[in-house]
Amino acid sequence: MDPLPFFQWCYNTPVGEAIRNSNWLFAIIEAFHLVGLGLTGGAVLIVNLRLLGVGLRKQPPAQLWAATQPWLIGSVILMIASGTPLFLSEAIKCLYSFAFWVKMTSLFLVLLFTFTFLRRVVQMDLASDRPQLGRVTAIISLVLWFGVAWGGRWIGFS
Amino acid sequence: MGTSFLAFFEQLAESSWSIELHESQYAYSIIESVHVWTLCVFFGTVAMVDLRLLGWIMPGVPVSEFARRVLPWTIAGFVVMVITGTLLVYAIPVRTYQSIFFRGKMLLLVLAGLNMWLFHARVYPKVAAWDVDHVPPRAARIAGAISLTLWCCIVFSGRMIAYNWFDCDRQPQPAIVNFLASCVPTE
Repeated sequence: MDPLPFFQWCYNTPVGEAIRNSNWLFAIIEAFHLVGLGLTGGAVLIVNLRLLGVGLRKQPPAQLWAATQPWLIGSVILMIASGTPLFLSEAIKCLYSFAFWVKMTSLFLVLLFTFTFLRRVVQMDLASDRPQLGRVTAIISLVLWFGVAWGGRWIGFS
Repeated sequence: MGTSFLAFFEQLAESSWSIELHESQYAYSIIESVHVWTLCVFFGTVAMVDLRLLGWIMPGVPVSEFARRVLPWTIAGFVVMVITGTLLVYAIPVRTYQSIFFRGKMLLLVLAGLNMWLFHARVYPKVAAWDVDHVPPRAARIAGAISLTLWCCIVFSGRMIAYNWFDCDRQPQPAIVNFLASCVPTE
């Protein structure tokens, strides 16, 4: 299936066009995207550092996961809500950008990994049961999140 | 005073390291990327601490526990932010010095530092009294709210430095912009 027509359609949406025709819109939306990046990073780090055995290590991972989950979901929604219009404004560039595909693939994988695998791991008694499992889970999750951040930054350089 | 600052940044711009960094193919992009990625560590952990002070997140975790376990990551992130940020200024000294967004960002940084200092000097010493409170006292909530707001504004102004809307070499600009950026009129 040729993806080009769909990306052309995205590029030609009124939202995409409005952002391209404005001096300010792209910059303002991107600033919100960056605030979302920071918040996502905070929520992700609290849980993943704990799985690595640092940070808030007196609290059980399950407690930190439950507490940060609404903020993780909220900030990911902020990222998608601000990222989608940015994408619409330069959809055709994205189609041919390697970084864009790295970002989207990593994002899909990390969300899948977080809400299937990681959410089960945080419920386990890692300390006595499987000391390595938490660490491996955190490393996989952080590497995937970094793929999202790397791709996101690098779209701007292409 | 203004001109001596300008002379300093002009001198920086002439140094060979600054020129090399400015013209480098990858170094500048990588430094800028590290600056952005470190937002996750710095801004992310600041936001978590501020949200705890507001009583909006992890009410079951003592505030002092946050300060002990999370703030070291914040400080590490801040060190990386300052190093990479300084290098970014060093690569483009004059334009950055005359950017109203950069100037706004520096002012906001001072205010954020002041807020932090007030919190640690006046509010935090009595933390034992409210360490496990789900919602900390008013003074702590205010400090958290101010911090969160200021850091969001700092992210915003930092992002805007990249745009040249108000650059001195794009005249005519409103008089207020030329004043705030201390543009030197060229005739």
